[in-house]
Amino acid sequence: MKLRDLIENLSLEVKTPGANLDREVTGGYVSDLLSDVLGNAHEGFVWITLQVHLNVVAVASLKGLSGIILVNSRTPGEDTLKKALAEKIPIMTTPLPTFELVGRLYALGLRCR
Amino acid sequence: MNPDSEGVFFLTGKDFTNAGAASSNLKGILENKGVPQSIVRRACIAAFEAEMNLIIYAVAGMMRYYITTDMIKVVLQDMGPGIADIELAMKEGYSTAPDYIREMGFGSGMGLPNIKKNADKMSINSVAGEGTTLEFVIYLDQNANRNS
Repeated sequence: MKLRDLIENLSLEVKTPGANLDREVTGGYVSDLLSDVLGNAHEGFVWITLQVHLNVVAVASLKGLSGIILVNSRTPGEDTLKKALAEKIPIMTTPLPTFELVGRLYALGLRCR
Repeated sequence: MNPDSEGVFFLTGKDFTNAGAASSNLKGILENKGVPQSIVRRACIAAFEAEMNLIIYAVAGMMRYYITTDMIKVVLQDMGPGIADIELAMKEGYSTAPDYIREMGFGSGMGLPNIKKNADKMSINSVAGEGTTLEFVIYLDQNANRNS
């Protein structure tokens, strides 16, 4: 499934114009602990978190993640978006809380393996 | 060891705006050298964890890297509080990070174990009240003995 399909299906708001939305999403991981993501997410995964500071971009970039979805209408700061654009990491937001969002992602077929 | 390439990044404690920059730069350097992606990833995850530890806990420090034909070696040296009990610090979940660091999603006690997991070799030397030197090596030939 492509990132674009998730965005359309779940009405996610894309915060990084021009980002690559055609990347294949290979799975999903939920965590607000950065080391947890570094240790346990896999390349191509989409990451669901409420952390909005710019270090999330570094984590996603180092891990080769396909994108970051911020829950509960959390909005990334200017510096986070700037870094995301530079590192070509798509950032999306949703008003949904984590539980709801992940349930829908699972129903769309995403898994964590 | 006769490195083909080496360099140093200077790091400032509590500078979360530039946190991760050294590891990102190292990533670019390794990619330019044609190091396989899986090894770049392991090296940079280990480097990022070590870089964040330094930024969270130390006043200042540096990250040196050495790239040879058969390995990547990264050494982080800091002026910081030191690690009182290294064995305890290596335990997953153990952390001495203050609340505001944890709120950012750091300080979960997984950093050092993550470095160990991604590196082929890792060592820590620390003197309480003076500082810490953390060193790790990743072999480019993955048929070489791991954790030897």
